[in-house]
Amino acid sequence: MKWYLHKLAMMFGAAPRKASPAEETEAAREMKKFKKTPEQAQKRKDIIEHEHQYPVISHKWRNLRWLSIIVINAMFIVSFAWDVQLVEGSMSASRFLGFHMADPNAAIQVTLAFKELMLNLVIGTVTVILLWWLVGGRAFCSWACPYHLLAEWAEAIHLFLARKGWVKDHPFHRGMRVVLWVVFMVLAFVTGYTVFEYINPVGIVSRALIYGPTVAVIWVIFLLGIEIFFSRRFWCRYVCPIGLTYGVTSAAAPLQIKYDLDKCVHEGECRAVCLVPHVLEITKMGYASDTTEYIGPDCTRCGLCVDACPQKALSFTVRGLDKIV
Amino acid sequence: MTQSDTPKPAPVPAPKKQRLTRRELERRRILLRSVGAGAAAIAAGLIGWYPVRERIFDRLRPPGALDEDAFLAACIKCGQCVQVCPVEAIKLADGDEGYGLGVPYIDARAQACDFSCDAVQCVLACPTGALSHEIAHKEEVTMGFARLARPDSCLAVKGEGFTGLARGYDFEGLLRYEEIDRWEPQPVASYSYDLELCDLCMRECPIEGAITLEPISADADDPRRMPTIHKSCVGCGTCEMMCPTEPASIVIDTELKLGDIA
Repeated sequence: MKWYLHKLAMMFGAAPRKASPAEETEAAREMKKFKKTPEQAQKRKDIIEHEHQYPVISHKWRNLRWLSIIVINAMFIVSFAWDVQLVEGSMSASRFLGFHMADPNAAIQVTLAFKELMLNLVIGTVTVILLWWLVGGRAFCSWACPYHLLAEWAEAIHLFLARKGWVKDHPFHRGMRVVLWVVFMVLAFVTGYTVFEYINPVGIVSRALIYGPTVAVIWVIFLLGIEIFFSRRFWCRYVCPIGLTYGVTSAAAPLQIKYDLDKCVHEGECRAVCLVPHVLEITKMGYASDTTEYIGPDCTRCGLCVDACPQKALSFTVRGLDKIV
Repeated sequence: MTQSDTPKPAPVPAPKKQRLTRRELERRRILLRSVGAGAAAIAAGLIGWYPVRERIFDRLRPPGALDEDAFLAACIKCGQCVQVCPVEAIKLADGDEGYGLGVPYIDARAQACDFSCDAVQCVLACPTGALSHEIAHKEEVTMGFARLARPDSCLAVKGEGFTGLARGYDFEGLLRYEEIDRWEPQPVASYSYDLELCDLCMRECPIEGAITLEPISADADDPRRMPTIHKSCVGCGTCEMMCPTEPASIVIDTELKLGDIA
């Protein structure tokens, strides 16, 4: 329980740490001890060397995910362009085959600004939260958000430039996102305007895709510029309150990424590709609390780590299902 | 380590100039950077207040829109109203309108709301009630109010007729011509008029009795008529769109503007 609370706290900006002896299970302690023996250390070294010699590169989950983002956003575009009424509206609120959907973050702001509870909005928000809760809340970020896709491409450019030594990643404190979440909600209530929606790249991109380009897109390009030249995944990692809202609403979701301590050789490939690497700190030698564990609420279920891990130590799973089957 | 052996009580200088380790320095930098970026994000968000506060834009909102401030608060910026409008009268505002970004408006001169949909579809589509659900008929709408802004150029006031296309061959606006097709709005550019006295604003007004043409003098032979707007006017803007003079002789005052006058 305490270990889970720590993972929750990490979502709010707490620094990652090792599982304390009290948080460790007996099995995990044994396994860690075993892994530290010289023979095992040598074995891991050999495995890693072999991996580097014969790299296996998979983009299975990434490709599926990109397809998902493109299909979801294309449904919005097509619905309006061809008038097929599949998903009417945009990312902030829509009707999917007639059912109300609403972005929880935008809905909270509207409610605070307008100071009235609107039934359609409540229905839409609850529907969306339930749907995304099933697949892990922040799965919205990596499987639906149009800005996420743009940011992934910006990230690729950033990493390329960083390899060349032309740019450097400047990290921020993840607590900033929490502070901004609170500030923007307070601003919505105090000013009576949905202040965050003015700078929300998700809404801007979504509307630009559906209703045609706007001048506001310049703001999105500026943000992508920051991500390319200054700070890797700046918006999604440190700013976006939508990610936090989804993260909180599904702090305990059925779909999880499971970490298998036994298979892990602790080389850190997963952390190198992750949008929220603090959730993968448990893959460091000696950090895990159990022999298998779910990696935590801030995870976007993007599957990059699943693709990246050559040892298949990380996998998609449905909570509890692995124990039943 | 060597110092620890000496018996002196305070051999080390006061720790006020203690140098930070690289890690501490980096942490401090990250914190400062975060405070700066957070402040910048909030500032960027607050910039949107300026155009709203200064009322740089005076927009005609779709039917059923709440009062401007409540409307901006309640609108979730999804554009569902845009999607259902049969004449595509509703547009979404851009970033220069501050908190109006993504909020719907109607440019009546380009395409007025002519109630081709009958049952105020945009109101039904609105998920938040920013377009008030209390409205079910076009007669209940209060978007604005028509005003004969340029009586000098008004053809009816001058007693002149009108022949031809109301807005020229390249005008893209649509209008419901019931006698042609009740369900398919027609291009205004496809409909030619031949009027002895121009009465387009009254003729095409979708609200019965909202505009009438009143005689200007007691002389029965005097053809001049004054377009008069009555209380039932809802401000849909059809008269402004159809007015053949350039610029339009009749315009819509928005609720925002009317509020200022009152």
